[in-house]
Amino acid sequence: MGDHQQRVILAKLGLDGHDRGIKVVARILRDAGMEVIYLGLRQTTASIIAAAEEEDADAIGLSMHNAGHLTLGPKMAEALSAAGLDIPLIIGGIVPDEDVEELMNAGIAAVLGPGASAEEVVATVQDAISARDKA
Amino acid sequence: MTSSSDLATDLFKSAVKGERRSLGKLLTAIERGGDQAEIIAGLAHQVSGNTHVVGITGAPGSGKSTLTGRLLKLFSEAGDKLAVLAVDPSSPLTGGAILGDRIRMDDLAGEESFIRSMATRGHSGGLALAVPAAIQLFDAVGYEPVIIETVGVGQVEVDVAGAADTTVVVVTPGMGDAVQANKAGLLEVADIFVVNKSDRPGASDARRDLELMLDLGHVSGLEQMTGYRPPIIMANSLDGTGADEVLDAIKSHAEYLRNSGKIHIRRKERLVMEIQNRIELLVESTASGILKSELGASSITKVLDRKISPAEAAKSIVGSIISSE
Repeated sequence: MGDHQQRVILAKLGLDGHDRGIKVVARILRDAGMEVIYLGLRQTTASIIAAAEEEDADAIGLSMHNAGHLTLGPKMAEALSAAGLDIPLIIGGIVPDEDVEELMNAGIAAVLGPGASAEEVVATVQDAISARDKA
Repeated sequence: MTSSSDLATDLFKSAVKGERRSLGKLLTAIERGGDQAEIIAGLAHQVSGNTHVVGITGAPGSGKSTLTGRLLKLFSEAGDKLAVLAVDPSSPLTGGAILGDRIRMDDLAGEESFIRSMATRGHSGGLALAVPAAIQLFDAVGYEPVIIETVGVGQVEVDVAGAADTTVVVVTPGMGDAVQANKAGLLEVADIFVVNKSDRPGASDARRDLELMLDLGHVSGLEQMTGYRPPIIMANSLDGTGADEVLDAIKSHAEYLRNSGKIHIRRKERLVMEIQNRIELLVESTASGILKSELGASSITKVLDRKISPAEAAKSIVGSIISSE
């Protein structure tokens, strides 16, 4: 499946209007040759799951700038596993270093903070997808 | 081959039962193309041919997605289980794409509806095969109607939208004067015109220009030839003005096609176009294979030595495909 075109869903979950970062990430992933399905603001776990199923997504990226990551991150991971979807979930945005471990334990595949380079963003998404494919 | 065929059949059976994830995976396989895509398209073709296909097209930013979102809501409220295929361009440089049409649709989609974003992936030939296959697949698993939304730029996109049962062309104020409206192309494939953003200055001018264009069609005899005059609907998709009229117009056009028997002609044309596209791609890929082979190399040498012309070389290569069959 080396020729598989990677499709990534990007969304803001819950009440969080800071979408500058996620738009930059969308552009970075597009310019790395990925197809980005951009859901935009005020999504719910249910709307993200419906989109993931319909779009047959390879990864989901959530942008969080409202300090809700410890609540919403694990909630999204739970919702995905409850739906039986094995799709890596990546969180980007403002996440304090001390929260990263808790998120990883809750089933988040990776966390990207401010200052992550375009290369890091792309590599993190690709690694998360290939780790899932190997599992 | 057998395993990929089994996988496709299993996914297809489960999609027919309403399993959305299987449908999602089938669409991915169709987009990827190749043997598995052909198997799936074949399965779908056997049990399709019933759903009404609506094409929505227009310039970038004209409000196609927002209008589609409005229609999604209205169809869903009326109890229809509809599918939307939203086609957006891929970057010619990187092959990546940002598919953002769902933003304008998600809030309005009913639980029964299905939205899929599709990138053009550079090769227009691929899109020409993937779109009809996706339509047949939605049809086969019971979606009615199917809406295809494409940017009306580029021949394939116009072909795709024009091949729908009902083609809705969305225009906005300030798109140009009456001369523009009389240029051939996108406007000719319209069954329904929507002047969107009708709260903006120039909306009534846009309407008048379209009316004038249609009047000229009456004078030139085109209208008598087609026996149909497309309605023009003023809409504002942001607040939903006019969306119900668009829905009614789609339904009346569907009825007109059924009553006049034109639906069969349109659908036959669509299938003929699909066969044609598949022939072109088959011949093209076989021919480029030959071009890279020894036969191709010797033809190229002869052309370089001015012994035969490029046209003669092309003919002999295509001839060798036909004689090898």
